[in-house]
Amino acid sequence: MGQKPDIITETGLQFFSRISASISHELKNVLAIVNENAGLLDDFTLMADRGNPIDPARLKIMAAAVKRQVGRADEIIKNMNRFAHSIDQTTSTVDLEQMFELFIALTARFAAMQGVRVDLKLPASPLKIATAPYYLMNLLWLCLDFSMSASGDEKRVELVVEETENSVRIRYRRLAGIREALLETFPSDREKILLAVLEAVLTAEPDREEVVLRLSKNIGEV
Amino acid sequence: MPAKVLIVDDEKDFLDIMAERLDARDMDVFTATSAEEALKMVLKESYDAVIMDFMMPEMDGFTALKLFKETRPDLPIILLTANVPEEKRIEAIKLGAMDVIEKPADLNLLTQKIEEAKTLKIKREYDE
Repeated sequence: MGQKPDIITETGLQFFSRISASISHELKNVLAIVNENAGLLDDFTLMADRGNPIDPARLKIMAAAVKRQVGRADEIIKNMNRFAHSIDQTTSTVDLEQMFELFIALTARFAAMQGVRVDLKLPASPLKIATAPYYLMNLLWLCLDFSMSASGDEKRVELVVEETENSVRIRYRRLAGIREALLETFPSDREKILLAVLEAVLTAEPDREEVVLRLSKNIGEV
Repeated sequence: MPAKVLIVDDEKDFLDIMAERLDARDMDVFTATSAEEALKMVLKESYDAVIMDFMMPEMDGFTALKLFKETRPDLPIILLTANVPEEKRIEAIKLGAMDVIEKPADLNLLTQKIEEAKTLKIKREYDE
C-alpha cells in the first residue's frame, strides 16, 4: 500500500463496514425465512397434487409470516438508507432523538450477540445540535462497544442523553465491570480523533460506574 | 427409523418452519432457541444430527461448537449461517463441524447431510 489512510478515514470505514455487514446478515436471515415459506408452499403444492387438500388457515399463517418479514426487511433497509445518507454532509443540524433511535436500531444486533441490554433515556423535549452526524454515530458506537465490554455481570448499559447549558451530555451508565475493563486503552487514538472533530470531551468515571461524553451543541466547519 | 434432529436457531419463525418441513420429511424434529438450551438437550438425549445457527446471541458459534464437541464428540453438527467468510468455514470444520451451509439453505442439501450424519452414526454404533 502506497499511502496509509489517516485514522479518521480508517475508523470511519471500519464503522461503515461493520454496520453494513450486520445489515447484510439481518437481511439474509429475513430471506431465509421467506425462502422456507416458499419451500413450504412447494411442499403443500406437491401434497395437493397427490390429493391432500391445502388448508386455507395454514396458508393464512404463512402469508402473515411473509408479510412480517417484509415489514422487518423494509425497516432494516430504511435504517440502512438513513445511515448511508448520514455522511452526505459532513456537518448538519440533527434531531438527537431521531439519531439515537437509528443508532440503537443499527447496533441492536451487536448488543444482542453479547447478551447486553441497552436502555435509552432521552430528554423530555426535542434536542437539536449542529454536529457531524456520521462521526458522532461512529464515536457513540466506539463508546457503546467499550461500555458493553465494561457492563460486567449485569450485562446492561443505560444510555442517558441530557441537555446542559452549553453542551449535550451522554452518559453510558451501569458499567459494573468498568474497573476490570481496560481503561488504559480507552479512549484510544480512534476515539481521540473523533472527539477532536466533534469538539467533545470523554471521561471515564469508575466510581460512578459510567463513561460520560460531553458534546458541543454547535461545532464549527470540519 | 426416522432421523432424530435437533435444530437450534434464535429466529423463532425460521425454527418453526424448518421443523415443520423436516417433520414432513419423516424426521423426528426437536428445537431449541439457544445454544445453552440445546447443550442441555444433548446431555439428556441422543440425536443423529444437530443443525445450529452459527451466529446466535450470547454464545458465538465457535464457543458453542467447542462445547458441543466436548459434551458429545461424535455428534454431527451442521452449521447454518447467513454469511460466513471462507476462513471461518475452514475453522469450523477443523473444530469438528460436519458442514457449514449458507442461509437461505437448500433443504435437499440439508436433508442429504442429515441422512449422511445418520448413516455415520449407525456405522459407528455397528463398529463398536
